[in-house]
Amino acid sequence: MTTLNALVIICLAYVVFLFAVAFAAERAALRGKSGWFRAPIVYTLSLSIYCTAWTFYGAVGYAARSGMEFVTIYLGPSIVMMGWWWMLRKLVRIGRTQRVTSIADLISSRYGKSNLMAICVTAVAVIGVTPYIALQLQSVTLSLAVFAEADPSAEPLEKGVAAFWIAFGLVIFTLLFGTRTLNANERQHGIVTAIAIEAVVKLIALLAVGGFVIWGLAGGLSAMMERIDASELGHWQVDRGRWTALTFLSAAAFLCLPRMFQVLVVENDDDRQLELASWLFPLYLLLMSLFVVPIAVMGLELMPSSNPDLFVLTLPMTQGADTLAVLAFLGGFSSATSMVIVASLALATMVSNHIVMPIWLALKGDVASVSGDVRHVVILSRRLAVGVIVAFGYLYYRISGGSAALAAIGLISFAGVAQFLPPMIVGIFWRGATRIGAFAGLMVGFVMWLWTLLLPSFGADVILPASVLADGPWGIAALRPQALFGFEGIDPMVHAVWWSLSLNAVTLWLVSIFSFPHPLERLQGAQMVNVFDHSTAARGWSATAAKSEDLLIMARRILGAGEARALFRDEARRQGQSGYLPDPTPQFLQSLERELGASVGAATAHAMISQIAGGPGVTVADLLAVADESAQILEYSSQLEAKSAELSRTAQKLKQANTKLKQLSVQKDAFLSQISHELRTPMTSIRAFSEILRDTEGLEAEERSRYASIIHDEAIRLTRLLDDLLDLSVLENGQVTLHRQEGNLKSLLDRAVQAAQPAGKAAIRIIRDAEAEQVRLDTDLDRLTQVFINLVSNAQKYCRSPDPELRIEVHAMRGRTMVDFIDNGAGIPEQDRHLIFEKFSRLGESDGTGAGLGLAICSEIMERLGGTIRYLPDTGGTAFRVTLPQSQAIAAQ
Amino acid sequence: MPERPDTGVFLERRSYRRRRLIDGLRLLPFVGAWLFLLPVFWPGEGTEQAPSMSVALYYVFGAWLALTVACGVLVMVIRLLGSREGVPDVEVDDAAQDETGDS
Repeated sequence: MTTLNALVIICLAYVVFLFAVAFAAERAALRGKSGWFRAPIVYTLSLSIYCTAWTFYGAVGYAARSGMEFVTIYLGPSIVMMGWWWMLRKLVRIGRTQRVTSIADLISSRYGKSNLMAICVTAVAVIGVTPYIALQLQSVTLSLAVFAEADPSAEPLEKGVAAFWIAFGLVIFTLLFGTRTLNANERQHGIVTAIAIEAVVKLIALLAVGGFVIWGLAGGLSAMMERIDASELGHWQVDRGRWTALTFLSAAAFLCLPRMFQVLVVENDDDRQLELASWLFPLYLLLMSLFVVPIAVMGLELMPSSNPDLFVLTLPMTQGADTLAVLAFLGGFSSATSMVIVASLALATMVSNHIVMPIWLALKGDVASVSGDVRHVVILSRRLAVGVIVAFGYLYYRISGGSAALAAIGLISFAGVAQFLPPMIVGIFWRGATRIGAFAGLMVGFVMWLWTLLLPSFGADVILPASVLADGPWGIAALRPQALFGFEGIDPMVHAVWWSLSLNAVTLWLVSIFSFPHPLERLQGAQMVNVFDHSTAARGWSATAAKSEDLLIMARRILGAGEARALFRDEARRQGQSGYLPDPTPQFLQSLERELGASVGAATAHAMISQIAGGPGVTVADLLAVADESAQILEYSSQLEAKSAELSRTAQKLKQANTKLKQLSVQKDAFLSQISHELRTPMTSIRAFSEILRDTEGLEAEERSRYASIIHDEAIRLTRLLDDLLDLSVLENGQVTLHRQEGNLKSLLDRAVQAAQPAGKAAIRIIRDAEAEQVRLDTDLDRLTQVFINLVSNAQKYCRSPDPELRIEVHAMRGRTMVDFIDNGAGIPEQDRHLIFEKFSRLGESDGTGAGLGLAICSEIMERLGGTIRYLPDTGGTAFRVTLPQSQAIAAQ
Repeated sequence: MPERPDTGVFLERRSYRRRRLIDGLRLLPFVGAWLFLLPVFWPGEGTEQAPSMSVALYYVFGAWLALTVACGVLVMVIRLLGSREGVPDVEVDDAAQDETGDS
């Protein structure tokens, strides 16, 4: 029989061993051999702090009371781990990019670095976790008491005193190895190593006890199974609601418990660790719960009156396996201590970063002007917080009297921290979640948890009077703590989980969609939700006000002189500068903020930087980045719109071009038949008259001369036609050479009128203004005359007025000279106007004497000369405006 | 280069297989939830048809072990395919894949 004293000595030796290992690990890490601590297996083992004394002792007690229900506590986390691709991968990535220090830090960061959120989460966490710490103290004390009772030489154990010394020892260990470094992101090598060893010890201890029970006491697996089926636990009897609710609750708590968040997210270095843990940790949980039912069944059979919570310890003791009992004690001790160490550290980080530091900063005012190192403030507050939290646990243990069943305390704690789930998960998957929404949801969930679970758990008349439990406050039956809104007969646990979490989530959602986030909130939300899209952050400081030196002084106080200087020097080097002071670029301020945030939390770091950098850190560019998703979509759609508008414009143009081409083609066909007719008519006369001249004997000289002149006229007509065609083709090909000459517009017009009316017979009356025509020209006069001749003869040919007249008006407008040829004819119908300058275009009413080339030639000539010719509408007749080239107009002035 | 197209097809297939395996990994928690919800429908408390505890133990721990093994195998095969393909980290290629909305 192991005496109490021997047990205490073994226990102390174990603790010394852990100290030594932790110390050696710290030394190794200092020498730079930290590779081992980052191994994925160590990460997996550190997750085992999920299995506290509650698992080690309590699971058996739980199984003895409720059968298989205990397994739900491990199924939930197993599903979460196996589903790492969905949630943990994102959480861990966010934790790394944002340098998150705790779950409070994550939630506060997500909702715009709101310190209010951080304080709320911290407070809820402390309230939720304190009973859990008490539970660990209780289990270690109870297990010690078992040995004390069995030891006839020892005095009965003073439980309160024992619990005090255990708590004291835990605080010392945590302070020694947990609060050395300030940076919460840094691995606590000593502690991680100690925890990994404890993880192995507790697994081996539980498996050993299980093996002892099955093969030592029951005589094999099949015999054990028969015993199980024959026992009072022999049938599947599980409350369905509790089975489902507890699986969900444990999954939620696995993500939300501050200590689990610490090891899962904060201590994570890369995804490889998560990959291994995704299957190895479920396996660990499986092994931890594998022998729970056999131990429970055997305990109930052999010691029906004993406390089932301690079967793991009492079974080997009463069956004479002393060494195994000591191992079991060490396993329970390991489970309890590792949990208290990590939980108190995680909570202390939260308390110091989110409660102490903001208060201290507020009291000190302008932190930038405070001299000295603030690191001691942070570390001191963290150490004090560890002490205070463990002291809370101890007080809770003393007040509650250590009587409640372990499992009940654990579940209440789970339900409390599970209230973080909606703000956290909704926050990292939905950008619309706002701070006010998250805050309201958290408060509703927390109050629900207090009212429906925590307060009633103390029992009737302890905090809540029995009358309130039975009839509701002030007799309002709808508010009865365990039958809200009249839903009676539900298991209190299921009832509390259902109402608190659902109302929490619904409130978060409702308030979020009706509230509006401020810019920093939207920025952080976008960064977290889209963490895989842009790992580099888009937010920045407007650094104009920040002085590098002030920043260095501040950073030195938090990071320490050496580290701060190294950080600044690296940045300066990166910027391509010599010396220690880099430019305070927004990127640098941001990385500095992250660095500080790793030590004092995001909200505090943000406040400190903004004291120096001044002003809100959100620039217009940042806001654009927030909206980048929608902006990209908008930009894209406007591009599409522009493109489609352009396309429809092009299509319109193509349609017009097509119509024109069709018309041209029709004209060309018509022209071809016209031109063959034109060519054929003179050719026919020429042939006919030349045949007459050749074949007819005895023609009069007068007759011969008449026929010859007809042949001559027709030949001239043909030549003119061919000349026109040639002229146009030369002009169109740009092969024409211009002969510049100086001249007077009036003399040009004179020539043109004369040429168009060769015989002097005035078929059309021409009205001119000799005064205005005194314009000097410097251009190819012959070509210009050709244009004028064409216009005058056109008017002569086509003006159908009974009293035809042509006005030639000369204007000067905006430095250019314009000559208008306006007759009093019918004008050109609108639908034909765009065709008149095309080749071969002949309007329907023309008499067939022209080939339709005149205006086309005019247009080509004017283009070559640098002027224009346009049809002039709304003059009452047919009118053309010739705009002379600019150079001539200038010369004329 | 005659072997070039073959290599391309081979890599494509491998990367395709890897993505489908990642889909399997995504599905795993739902399979787990389904398996662990099944006992809810077993005949109720205290009745004689209720399965015996040994059956329940075999079922729960069997399903648990199967899931764990499946998860382990999937993770290792995905990493193996990823490393042969020259993808350094599982999620590097997945992030890109998420953006393009998978194949």
